[in-house]
Amino acid sequence: MSKFTFPESIRSRPVYGTLAPRAGSAHLFVADAHGAEAILDVATPEIMAKGHIIYLPKGEGFGDKLRALNPASFYAGPSFAAAEARLHRMLKDAKMGLQVYLAGTEGLMGQAQLAATDAGIPHTAIQTEHRGSTARRMQCVHCKGITEDVEIDPFQCSHCGLNLFVRDHYSRRLAAYQAVCIDAEDPGNVPASKGIYE
Amino acid sequence: MSGAEKIAVKVTEIVPLNDLVTRFKFERVDGGLLPTFSGGAHTVVEMQDGDITRLNPYSLMSDPMDQTAYTISVRRDDEGRGGSLFMHTRVALGDEMVISYPVNLFSLDLRAKKHLFVAGGIGITPFMAQIKQLERFNGHWELHYACRTPALGTYGDELRAHHPNETRIYYDDQDQRINLADLLEGQPLGTHVYVCGPKGMIEWVRNTAQADGWPREAIHYEEFLAPKPGKPFEVKLAVSNKVIQVGEQESLLEAMEREGVDAPYLCRGGACGQCETSVIDYAGNFIHRDHWLDDAEHDSGEKIMPCVSRFEGKTLVLDR
Ligand code: FES
Repeated sequence: MSKFTFPESIRSRPVYGTLAPRAGSAHLFVADAHGAEAILDVATPEIMAKGHIIYLPKGEGFGDKLRALNPASFYAGPSFAAAEARLHRMLKDAKMGLQVYLAGTEGLMGQAQLAATDAGIPHTAIQTEHRGSTARRMQCVHCKGITEDVEIDPFQCSHCGLNLFVRDHYSRRLAAYQAVCIDAEDPGNVPASKGIYE
Repeated sequence: MSGAEKIAVKVTEIVPLNDLVTRFKFERVDGGLLPTFSGGAHTVVEMQDGDITRLNPYSLMSDPMDQTAYTISVRRDDEGRGGSLFMHTRVALGDEMVISYPVNLFSLDLRAKKHLFVAGGIGITPFMAQIKQLERFNGHWELHYACRTPALGTYGDELRAHHPNETRIYYDDQDQRINLADLLEGQPLGTHVYVCGPKGMIEWVRNTAQADGWPREAIHYEEFLAPKPGKPFEVKLAVSNKVIQVGEQESLLEAMEREGVDAPYLCRGGACGQCETSVIDYAGNFIHRDHWLDDAEHDSGEKIMPCVSRFEGKTLVLDR
């Protein structure tokens, strides 16, 4: 899948790079859907000998290819929530020198990065590469509820039902973008939704 | 002069600790409280040595929350330019001195889950304050301290008595060495390493940690360089419209101060960046000694750090 180039934005918006192999005592990969392709691009037998992959296929069929890399451990699961306990456990047991590689959607990378920074890795030391869907994880600033995989702007909060405007303001602490009511002054006056990057 | 703000103090305690190191205690002349600081901070001590004003930075090693007094430990350097000798031989109990407000270029990263300290010789001093700071909050730390001999192991006994489980001391004369590779390898995620000691030790720790995949942000070090003597040279200061001579024994910063030129500084040791000065014109060679500018900046001939760096050649014009 070709890579998406995000438009220039404000400073709080995360910027993603391209995974590159680094020296380390162990290597942890967390990816969803097309993020697998980024792992396949960076994997070497040396890295995979000390490599651990947590993969959320989301209907994409890269599982076998990843398994064929012969990582030291491999887990595939249905959702970040399902993988989260395992991720925390791995980070808790990890030693300094662990390299973290995140690939796939912004929501997945953001949440995995939050787990890694909570475990004590500076966020600047974590590698990320965006692949696949450009859907966002959005927090409603009014009810604080989080709506996953938002692809259109404006969208309706899945918790409180307000019509929300998709902003580029990002919170690393929440691993989510902020969404603000778009028709507060004039209820019901909501422009037609379109794709976030249209 | 353009350092941090100044405080008038008097010397209230002088304790020789061993052949090389003496501890000094300062209290405010007006009897008031000193500002709190954070572990790793230093103060610049002014010494009036005849016509010469010597300004040397020293790490504060007392409890950062203790506002009644500051203490520093000074290692005598017989080959140096005389600041530490002045402290050892000319400063007496009750003397009034001027010190700067604390400045911290070596603070703890409080996001760390664990703090791993590596000290060499007098490099122990910033850790003394950091340990006191961490003890207050039940911080997780560990110290590996290399010194020449037990007799020169400044504060070794005190540290071992108070923190037997956290402190490990290595004596050169007993052929004890820090096994750095093993030490770094076993550290839990979220550990930050801090190193203060001789140049070789700092390089060793930085390089080993980096090769092991430690994030740059988790590796902290402090090294203040003492200005080294060199050939005298002439400088034109464009803003002040002065031509001044830098003597063999003084630094460019000191020469500017002697001529009444207001020049900024915080560390006087090539580490903080505060004294960075633009070069307007030059014909000759820079002797860059700081570790603030990067290699490309050193080569560019556009900047100089007057606290430690020198010049050899015909013309040097600075934007100062
Ligand atoms: S005064 Fe700090 S680098 Fe010169």
